Amino acid sequence: MTELQVGSAERAAAGESLWRSAWRTLRHHPAGMMGLVGFSLVLLLVVLAPVVTPGDPTSMNLGHLLEPPSRLHLFGTDDLGRDILTRVLWGGRESLRVALIAVVVAAIGGVSLGLTAGYFGGRADSILMRLVDVLLAFPTILLVLSIVAALGPNLGTVLIAIGLSFIPNVARFVRGTVLVTKNCEYITAAHLLGATHTYVMLTQILPNILAPLIIYSTLGLGSAIMLTAGLSYLGLGAQPPSPEWGAMLNYGRDYLRDAWWMSVFPGLAIFACVLFINLLGDGLRDAMDPKLRV
Amino acid sequence: MVMYTARRLLILIPILLGVTFLTFAIAQVTPGDPVALMLGVSATPERVEQVREQLGYNDPFLIQYGRYVWNVLHGDLGKSVRGQTDVLDEILARFPSTVELTVVAMLLAVLGGVGAGLIAAISRRRGAQTATMVAALVGLSIPNFWLAILLILVFGVRLHWVAVAGGEGFKDLILPALCLALAPAAVLARLTRSSILEVIREDYVRTAQAKGLGRRAIVMIHVLRNSMIPVVTVIGLQFAGLLGGAVFIENVFARPGIGRFAVSAIAARDYPQVQGVVLFTATIYVLFNLAVDLVYGWLDPRIRYD
Repeated sequence: MTELQVGSAERAAAGESLWRSAWRTLRHHPAGMMGLVGFSLVLLLVVLAPVVTPGDPTSMNLGHLLEPPSRLHLFGTDDLGRDILTRVLWGGRESLRVALIAVVVAAIGGVSLGLTAGYFGGRADSILMRLVDVLLAFPTILLVLSIVAALGPNLGTVLIAIGLSFIPNVARFVRGTVLVTKNCEYITAAHLLGATHTYVMLTQILPNILAPLIIYSTLGLGSAIMLTAGLSYLGLGAQPPSPEWGAMLNYGRDYLRDAWWMSVFPGLAIFACVLFINLLGDGLRDAMDPKLRV
Repeated sequence: MVMYTARRLLILIPILLGVTFLTFAIAQVTPGDPVALMLGVSATPERVEQVREQLGYNDPFLIQYGRYVWNVLHGDLGKSVRGQTDVLDEILARFPSTVELTVVAMLLAVLGGVGAGLIAAISRRRGAQTATMVAALVGLSIPNFWLAILLILVFGVRLHWVAVAGGEGFKDLILPALCLALAPAAVLARLTRSSILEVIREDYVRTAQAKGLGRRAIVMIHVLRNSMIPVVTVIGLQFAGLLGGAVFIENVFARPGIGRFAVSAIAARDYPQVQGVVLFTATIYVLFNLAVDLVYGWLDPRIRYD
């Protein structure tokens, strides 16, 4: 803590940017760096799946059915002879894409609502925050299930449902930050100099929300990956033959007795990915906003 | 405290109205005609139209919503499309199983989480501190449905200690409850640790040390009691996590609770059932949060005057 305080003082004295200072602190945060390196590696493998894997994740190989892990197939094969490692890497593209877009949707929606409510206050604030209160009256998974039920079960719906269900929490915390920031003297000064509301919101207030928003979104990404996989596991998201991680777990359920590797490796991929994200999120929090440290 | 309770109860009314409005509105935008679904493919368009008129589906939106709220207030959550059974009866038949699971999970989470947090905060051994915090991070990152599959693989498929699916004895409750408890236990462990570390620096703890009080007495009387205030709130919030987690766990272990009911209702596109279970669970959640707020106000009187 002392080191972090000294760090902020140094930053202020040197006029260092938030990003440079965050990076300097993160570099000396072993767990955060482990998360950053691990998650970067996962992203790299997943993005390069077409290059690093032998081929199509849905192509069958009837000569290699239900083979346990071996040197030829590191994660084994499934009942149709499909290589599990190939499918896990391709599946990560789907899981991560859905979760990333959902988090971006939540950030855009939550910042728009929270910024408007917090900045303008009054009736806009009352109406928007009552709406947020109603949405927060639903446990997240229930809100997601309601939306999936209404729009029909598939991966696109899951993306929309997760994005929408994360908005109320983002909106609430953004509003809180805006309420504190908008009373600062430099905001009054900007108004006195004739700045428009849009200008003040986008150039003076938004940068103050950025650090907590990045931390929040990073940790939210882990939850979004788990929810995406969980819904596909329940048969409400990606459908076979998709190699999405949750859909693979769902498919492997029928082969639990004979082919444990079909259920173990896709789950391990989710676990590793979420673990790296949580480590990175904790590291970013300590680096960007030590007050939030748990 | 009476005024505080009354104020909190009044806030509940618009929230619950909003919840009914949202569940009703979602049902309205759902594609597909519930009457056509109910009557089956053999029904003629004339017959469908006649039943729509009879059941009031052709009335304006607000009239239908008003009727829905009136029925809900009288304990009528509608009839399922499949089999025309009473939705509330179906939910109430499954609710005890979910309550049993969540209560046992919550107990495990509180005992495990607070205990681990306490060890991490006051243990003099660095190894114990690190181990508990690593365990908490793993607990937060492991998908509970995957952990459930792993436990079934080991204890059901390999060791035959528990039923692979659908078991209803106490022995069969332990694994689902354990899977469900892991994430809230991890959250509680981290929070308990940070809360204790904050309280331990307070002046009154130093005073207790200065007057020669033993380490155990200081922790039990001064530190633990004062550090539990934020933990109690989070225990309440974690209840929502348990209700959500139950959706996955009940499905993996084939337990007959409302989480499994919700998923099968969605798969069958039985919207009255989905609507009923969503409204029921959200109401329970809101009431539980109210109870937590009241307990919090009672534990820390400063909250009541905010």
